[in-house]
Amino acid sequence: MLGLQATFFYFFALIAVGGGLMVVFSRNPVHSVLFLILTFVAAAGLFLLTGAEFLALILVVVYVGAVAILFLFVVMMLDLDMGRMKKGALKYAPFGAIIGLALLAQLVIALSGSYLAPSTATTLATPMPIPPLDQVTNIEALGQVLYTRYILFFQIAGLILFVAMIGAIVLTLRHKEGVRRQSIPVQVARNPKTAIEIVKVESGRGL
Amino acid sequence: MIDTINTYVLPALLIIGQSLLFLVVLLVLIAYILLADRKIWAAVQMRRGPNVVGPFGLFQSFADLLKFVLKEPVVPASSDKIVFLLAPLVAVTLALATFAVVPVADGWVIADINIGILYVFAISSLEVYGVIMGGWASNSKYAFLGALRSAAQMVSYEVSIGFVIVTVLLCVGSLNLTDIVLAQGTGLGTMIGLPGSFLDWHWLPLFPMFVIFFISALAETNRPPFDLPEAESELVAGFMVEYGSTPYMMFMLGEYAAITLMCCLMTILFLGGWLPPFDFIPFTWVPGFLWFLIKVAFCFFLFAMVKAFVPRYRYDQLMQLGWKTFLPLSLAAVIITAFVVQIFGWGAAAS
Repeated sequence: MLGLQATFFYFFALIAVGGGLMVVFSRNPVHSVLFLILTFVAAAGLFLLTGAEFLALILVVVYVGAVAILFLFVVMMLDLDMGRMKKGALKYAPFGAIIGLALLAQLVIALSGSYLAPSTATTLATPMPIPPLDQVTNIEALGQVLYTRYILFFQIAGLILFVAMIGAIVLTLRHKEGVRRQSIPVQVARNPKTAIEIVKVESGRGL
Repeated sequence: MIDTINTYVLPALLIIGQSLLFLVVLLVLIAYILLADRKIWAAVQMRRGPNVVGPFGLFQSFADLLKFVLKEPVVPASSDKIVFLLAPLVAVTLALATFAVVPVADGWVIADINIGILYVFAISSLEVYGVIMGGWASNSKYAFLGALRSAAQMVSYEVSIGFVIVTVLLCVGSLNLTDIVLAQGTGLGTMIGLPGSFLDWHWLPLFPMFVIFFISALAETNRPPFDLPEAESELVAGFMVEYGSTPYMMFMLGEYAAITLMCCLMTILFLGGWLPPFDFIPFTWVPGFLWFLIKVAFCFFLFAMVKAFVPRYRYDQLMQLGWKTFLPLSLAAVIITAFVVQIFGWGAAAS
């Protein structure tokens, strides 16, 4: 069992790392996005290997099926000149390095917690009896924790996303004057009386 | 050594064998669904349809297959060649991959996973990549416009399909497709004391959702009246305008596989899967997969009839229908269904 799992782990991990590198190194921005999608799919495969099937498929639905498509849309529509963009790239290198280091530090701190102080990590991680995964399905276990203990964080996350969505709409909404819009109820409610004007025209006179 | 063979090699071979068998049956079914599409369309227009190859034109699809395969694939000089050839592969692979979790009869399923319906939803949300990659890689403005339209349309209608699936899941309490079918053994009909019948299936209590799912499925698979991506009067053939021969055939195959999948999903979610329409003797003699096939054929007949007599939507009307009508309706239905299930304990608790 172990051998098979390890094989698949290295398979997906290699694809993820290789895809991640190609995101940075490929010359065509559209290819970059396609490699990003490959990386997402490989990450979903890694989730599947750890038994987090729900997370794996949600990753595919949300990131690959929706977010990456928007990326792809934007990148395809933009007229990108990679040569010109790469000229000033070195200027931004320090900022990029700082962000990368900060993320790395966070990861190290979060992961080292379980090594440096195992007792706090275990009390933090299992304050709540989560039923073992062979009794309930993945989704049930996740739902029982998410909608009871972490309901506040869940709601706050939803609220933040909602505010971000409304913000994006407000920023891009423009009221144009003089746009003729279709109103289906008005069209349906028309009848011969309101739509047609019958005029008697005397011959030789015109209107 | 024997252990390894028993635990790994034999199950792997079994799964490969099952998949191959399923794939062959599915591809033949798709060939006849394609023929049925053309025949029904022809019958509505009082034509004969394909009737030359084989008796009643029954081998027309196979003749078409040969015709496509034997032609030279033309790759436009300024296209992105790798992505251009990858796109039809992506389209057809994803469309066929979803069938891994479709239960044809009780226990007749290749992968009976807990989150089957989520898997179907996830894979079918990827199908848009075939379209968008093909449209972009062709390096032609008609193909690109077609791809953009198609992608926007598929992404929009996926949302309401997702909510419709959620209402069904709320009634069933499981994401396993087999459980969804079995949960339809009891329902409205048995509640009022009738023996098990087609009144128990989800189409009756969730009728508005059934209609929304059907229309969204038409839009999701780019079928008429929502076939704007290939509106031949404006965009020639949409995102596949630069494709010919085998790559084109793979796009068509992917499209019809997606349509078949939507018919299967309608059957499983709303029409009781392989359950017989009446749960007594002459009907229970018929094996389950036949009922499943009959229901899928019925769903496809609806698809084909809509194609034959409904005129094409305008693009803004299409978007309006998706975002302003179906999305609020299906969202409201999720909330109402959740309330009903929670308060009256119907569905998950009853079964």
